[in-house]
Amino acid sequence: MSPVLAGVLQLLALMAALALAYVPLGTYMAKVYSSDKHWRIEKWIYKGIGANPDAQMRWPAYLRGVLAFSAVGVLFLYLLQRLQGVLPGSLGFAAIDPDQAFNTAVSFVTNTNWQSYYGEQAMGHVVQTAGLAVQNFVSAAVGIAVAVALVRGFARSRTGELGNFWADLVRGTVRVLVPLAAVAAVVLVACGAIQNFSGIHEVGRFMGGSQEWNGGAVASQEAIKELGTNGGGYFNANSAHPFENPTPFTNLFEIFLILLIPFALTRTFGIMVGSVRQGYAILGTMAAVWLGFTALMMWTEFAHHGPALQAAGGALEGKEVRFGVGGSSIFAVATTLTSTGAVDSFHSSFTGLGGGVTMLGMMLGEIAPGGVGSGLYGMLVMAVVAVFIAGLMVGRTPEYLGKKIGTREIKFAALYILVTPALVLTFTAAAMALPTPGDSMTNGGAHGFSEILYAYTSASNNNGSAFAGLNADTQWFNTTLGLAMLLGRFLSMVFVLALAGSLAQQRPVPVTAGTLRTEKPLFTGLLVGAVLIVTGLTYFPALALGPLAEGLAA
Amino acid sequence: MNNSVTGTARLLGAGLRALLVLTLVCGVVYPLVVTGIAQGLFPGRANGSEIEADGEVVGSSLIGQSYTLPLKEGQKTPEPDLKWFQGRPANGLGTNSVNTQYRLVLSGATNRSADDEELIQWVKDAKAAVIRDNSVGGYTVEPSEVPADAVTSSGSGLDPDISPQYAHLQVHRVAQRNGLPVEQVEQLVDAHTESRTLGFIGEPRVNVLELNIALKDLTAKR
Repeated sequence: MSPVLAGVLQLLALMAALALAYVPLGTYMAKVYSSDKHWRIEKWIYKGIGANPDAQMRWPAYLRGVLAFSAVGVLFLYLLQRLQGVLPGSLGFAAIDPDQAFNTAVSFVTNTNWQSYYGEQAMGHVVQTAGLAVQNFVSAAVGIAVAVALVRGFARSRTGELGNFWADLVRGTVRVLVPLAAVAAVVLVACGAIQNFSGIHEVGRFMGGSQEWNGGAVASQEAIKELGTNGGGYFNANSAHPFENPTPFTNLFEIFLILLIPFALTRTFGIMVGSVRQGYAILGTMAAVWLGFTALMMWTEFAHHGPALQAAGGALEGKEVRFGVGGSSIFAVATTLTSTGAVDSFHSSFTGLGGGVTMLGMMLGEIAPGGVGSGLYGMLVMAVVAVFIAGLMVGRTPEYLGKKIGTREIKFAALYILVTPALVLTFTAAAMALPTPGDSMTNGGAHGFSEILYAYTSASNNNGSAFAGLNADTQWFNTTLGLAMLLGRFLSMVFVLALAGSLAQQRPVPVTAGTLRTEKPLFTGLLVGAVLIVTGLTYFPALALGPLAEGLAA
Repeated sequence: MNNSVTGTARLLGAGLRALLVLTLVCGVVYPLVVTGIAQGLFPGRANGSEIEADGEVVGSSLIGQSYTLPLKEGQKTPEPDLKWFQGRPANGLGTNSVNTQYRLVLSGATNRSADDEELIQWVKDAKAAVIRDNSVGGYTVEPSEVPADAVTSSGSGLDPDISPQYAHLQVHRVAQRNGLPVEQVEQLVDAHTESRTLGFIGEPRVNVLELNIALKDLTAKR
């Protein structure tokens, strides 16, 4: 069997697995976020928090909950790293420097998981397990909560109430993420991912002498790292490291985990707005973009243009033999079209165009299928823009899911869409214009520019993957990337929740013969077009200077 | 004013309590339960898939090693020990830079771009070395026969595997250096070739450490 055919079959198997999980998981999540019953453990947790889970919140209150919880999260994680030197169970590792600790704290709370640190050298058991892995769970739960709030905005009328943040946060964690992660972690261990607390210990070598290994709770972290579209690895090499991703099967399984919740949430959305076909239209849009990108990536990586790859006879630089070009390409697209940023192969050594595909995936706003929660709300905002464009074309007041898209709504949607391009392009321009940031580049020319463009794209979109040739552990990058992550995450959420509040106050508009049928394939086509044109064009000049220049020269 | 300050304080307090409770669930209970299950059901795998030769642990079957001769005086990079099958290059591991009390096994890729001059040179040098080292006793390696994995660094720098092509290409050299018949070494490689999972997942591969351990057994028996 040729590697290309094997790659295509892996893609098909992945689609089949996702399709099987779609209905049960999507339906289950709709129940989780609609039920008025609380589990006993949840009641204990609410008592611990001191919150009433049945109190309805309007959008400002919901937003305040998100911001307060996240602010505390950043501070806690920052202190945990700064105190590592004196924490027990930290393998004697020293405290993390202030700028790097800030960057990492922000990174994990914003679901980005950019790594400016060297995992196995710097982070001990306590920081990894009680700090980083916890944010892997709760930052994902916050993302889903905000998406669910937006969905309620569409579903509810004349109220303005969006649900209770604490209840959504706790339910997402306890009922969705923890059980799925536990099962996934055991599967990973069964295949060879490590799970122990044996610390650093000596192991013999074949040629004599010894090596020192870093033990850890790797599988449990790996599971939620993919499932919560986080991406921060236990080890420097992330999911390329054999202890995180030991076999070809775990590779495919991890891709499945990445895509599982974001795709299934479209069904949750469909059920909650009372029409699963609306969910299918969103799903169709996401799937079309995802498949297109995967095909493009496989084509360019198997063609292996670029002098070094031509000399080698294949695009295996930065890729593992067990995954091959096919498995690595599927992973690279899945991780950059979601907000994951985990890598099983190193994007910097991909072909010029392959690197461009990873970047473009993030630039679309990570909505196909996107991060847990953030993918759904990002795509729904794009849908609002798409019906607005359609409304302009026929000269009719646009509506979506029975809600009028008026001045207020379109302003919030437009602001949402402007956040990340403004951050990416401003910071990239500043880094290129200033004298010192360029010193961090490993590669020269177009690829050097791509390293910096990639870094700000990844941070502002809360992805976390990198053209890792860039030495980002400098004060400039730790600070500016930290700011990009914060603004990219929370400024976007402000506009999403404001939009949700505004929608929830409206009274529904009756469906008439003139209503744009947003559950039809025509709308899916329109939405794909809107996604590609609106975001694609924003970034075209920057892409032309980086990956396109590199790819076309090869 | 005063109201909003106490309101904010109350909210941050709720946030902190939520974080602490969820830390208990996700950061303490969850990893401990998973560790318990893992250690109970799959202790060998949970502890790193250690592998033994002659009754001694010589590494993990998942982690690639180097098979090199001791450094000679004046040398910066050690030479490969051509008696053993060689793994892939690892040019991007980096160095122990923090917490230097340890000599940890590091991981990392080169992150060089496809048009990077140094990477092009590494690939060319590696290819020349593979051809030179493996063209022995009337057997010559053609440049087109050298597979890509033999001349590129992996993503982790710890790739335990090589492609079956690269393993077969080393057979003549390994047989000669160990005084074994070529056919016997060929059979050894075939026996250690793992095909795609279920026929289509991943790529065919040969685990270098397991292959070398089997080779060691074979030479010891003679």
